[in-house]
Amino acid sequence: MINPDRHPHRRKARTRFLAAGAAIALLAPLTACGSDDEGGVPTLNLYQFPVENMQTVIDNCNQAAAGRYKIVYQVLPRTADDQRVQMVRRLAAGDDSMDILGLDVTWTQEFASADWIKEWTGDDKAEIEKGTLAGPIASATYNDKLYAAPNNTNVQLLWYRKDLVSEPPKTWDEMIDASLKLKQEGKPYQVLTMGAQYEGLVVLFNNLVASAGGNVVSEDGKTAVMDEGTVKALQVMQRFATAGVTSPSFTNQIEDDVRLAFQGGGGAFQLNWPYVYSALQSDAPQLAPNVTWARYPGIDANTPSRVTIGGSNMAVSSYSRHPDLAFDAVKCLRNADNQKILAIKAGQPPTIESVYADPEMAKAYPMRDTILDELKDAAPRPLTPAYQNLSTVVAAQLSPPSAIKPQETATTLKKAIQDAIDSKGVLP
Amino acid sequence: MSISSTTPGAAATTEQTAEETGQARVATRNRRGKAPLSEGKRAERKLGWLLCAPAALVMVAVTAYPILYSFWLSLQRYDLKFPDERQFVWFENYATVLSNSYWWTAFGVTMLITVVSVVVELVLGMGLALIMHRTIIGRGLVRTSALIPYGIVTVVAAFSWRYAWTPGTGYLANLVAPDGAPLTERASALAIIILAEIWKTTPFMALLLMAGLALVPDDLLKAASMDGASGWQRFTKVMLPVMKPAILVALLFRTLDALRVFDNIYVLTNGANETSSVSMIAYNNLMKGLNLGIGSTMSVLIFLTVAIIAFIFVKLFGTAAPGSSDDGGRR
Repeated sequence: MINPDRHPHRRKARTRFLAAGAAIALLAPLTACGSDDEGGVPTLNLYQFPVENMQTVIDNCNQAAAGRYKIVYQVLPRTADDQRVQMVRRLAAGDDSMDILGLDVTWTQEFASADWIKEWTGDDKAEIEKGTLAGPIASATYNDKLYAAPNNTNVQLLWYRKDLVSEPPKTWDEMIDASLKLKQEGKPYQVLTMGAQYEGLVVLFNNLVASAGGNVVSEDGKTAVMDEGTVKALQVMQRFATAGVTSPSFTNQIEDDVRLAFQGGGGAFQLNWPYVYSALQSDAPQLAPNVTWARYPGIDANTPSRVTIGGSNMAVSSYSRHPDLAFDAVKCLRNADNQKILAIKAGQPPTIESVYADPEMAKAYPMRDTILDELKDAAPRPLTPAYQNLSTVVAAQLSPPSAIKPQETATTLKKAIQDAIDSKGVLP
Repeated sequence: MSISSTTPGAAATTEQTAEETGQARVATRNRRGKAPLSEGKRAERKLGWLLCAPAALVMVAVTAYPILYSFWLSLQRYDLKFPDERQFVWFENYATVLSNSYWWTAFGVTMLITVVSVVVELVLGMGLALIMHRTIIGRGLVRTSALIPYGIVTVVAAFSWRYAWTPGTGYLANLVAPDGAPLTERASALAIIILAEIWKTTPFMALLLMAGLALVPDDLLKAASMDGASGWQRFTKVMLPVMKPAILVALLFRTLDALRVFDNIYVLTNGANETSSVSMIAYNNLMKGLNLGIGSTMSVLIFLTVAIIAFIFVKLFGTAAPGSSDDGGRR
């Protein structure tokens, strides 16, 4: 045995050896990343938010590819902002290690405008468009060109207590009145929905605007419009926030707060995404039988509501080294079979219409007909590359909703939205 | 200059050492006159420049270039979302930012955090420094434990503050505000951010002030107490004047540091409810908004603010930069 302290020379050599070892250990993963599939199967990196059972779908596609490519799932952070920032940072630097990008529906325009994702053309385009619902396709289109493949979609529904409410309200006014009546009778009465200063508030606003037949941004996405419909929407929003039917923490609630408050028994109505259904079955089994769903309320009793479309699209990075394979891989990842797997196992509503008719969907999606109804005339969010900025300023202007002064707010919003489109918008 | 000053015995050849020996100065100047530099001296000067060059180049690369580049970006409409619409717009971005209420709100928040936290830190830090200076038993232990908050990574500390102030799971939220969510209201959120800042950097302030305390000669204090000065009088009339340079340096460092506040806000509120600082809002516009023009404009404005504050400290209060003499001037 050598006492290292008495042999400074050896100690030095050993340190150096250790340092070199450490350096190699640190560099190894980098080289593994950087060394391109030479000789082997080309690797396609899929950058997507965490999805349950996504690996099953990827394994299916890798097997089907039979050695032509291998998809590797690179899981992005959980929150939308973090996902976007990470992808944007890499794309702005021209990172060629990203091949397939899982994009929120609101980002497609932005990424396309920045030339970060490839256009879908020819047979690839035809295959994506075939059988896919129009709303999701619109969210993947920019300047009349298809830039992404709709992977899954989403719409909010009206969930209500059938033991308290016999007939679902058709309009916001009816819903507010029904709630006020329950309040007088001393029963659970609250209308629960997302009112915090974030994207959820913008979705609420967009639902109301579209249902009132209004527009926030012109067709080409270059001008702020804010017509009569938007003023009407602001009036409804203001009435809702001040009528005394919301929860006291309305202005601070996001999706899960709303779900929990409803499960706690405080609400008669809940406006939320379909995921609340399965959560309700497992977390509040005594309440679940009393809860049912209906189409999202509208503004006018004779005009059906139009509801904001959610979900995600898949796009091919402009910097991908294997774009052709990536297009193929996306086609596989979002085909009808795989959409069905994710619908049943991960609760993601599909974008291909025929999947809804599948008998297996009945158990996972008893509300599938209502979802499909809403999807057929769903409202996209304002289609502009500046959506992220637009959303931030709109959320800031509309918060808290009780302080809305319809005409005045519409004017300030119009200016803020135009500034966002012209790159003059300052984000708070 | 600094190179030749290290040469022992070459007092006459260097300005710096010449200045220190008052008498020799006149002689040196006279002898030098305007006569051409000798061969050896010129070679020495050239060597000096050569030896400085790498450091100067690195400074240019890491400091001057980014500043100039962001100034250049701030004069353009440059939004990554609209690569085709990049154009030179002169000072339009400055007009946009300076007429925007979000910017001024963030500016106000930053100033509030800076002033309140630095003042409180100065008082607390002074107390801590006096305690640490006078400790006889367990000196090492006292000083080490006082430094712990400064040693913890800010983001990690910020997360534990966030959990502590989250209703339900957090002991502080349950204790102080059982019915509310302090981080979701502006006033309480700002108070928590300031508290986290103070907790973290008071040890740093104390450390700098302790170095100042070491400058106070014991004889001076003894003489003062012989003359009948009370403890408070000794503190205000003897210690503070002697410590003045150290206090000003500590204040300058902490002010500039506090002005850049980012991590605590990012973790605690992420800028919600008008709690953004200028750094936060610049980050949001650059990283989330992808707007290089507006974001760079904000960075340049932050840089100017820092420069003005540093100028006020150095020129008006006579704060000495570290490494220079305490007569207020630069050599």
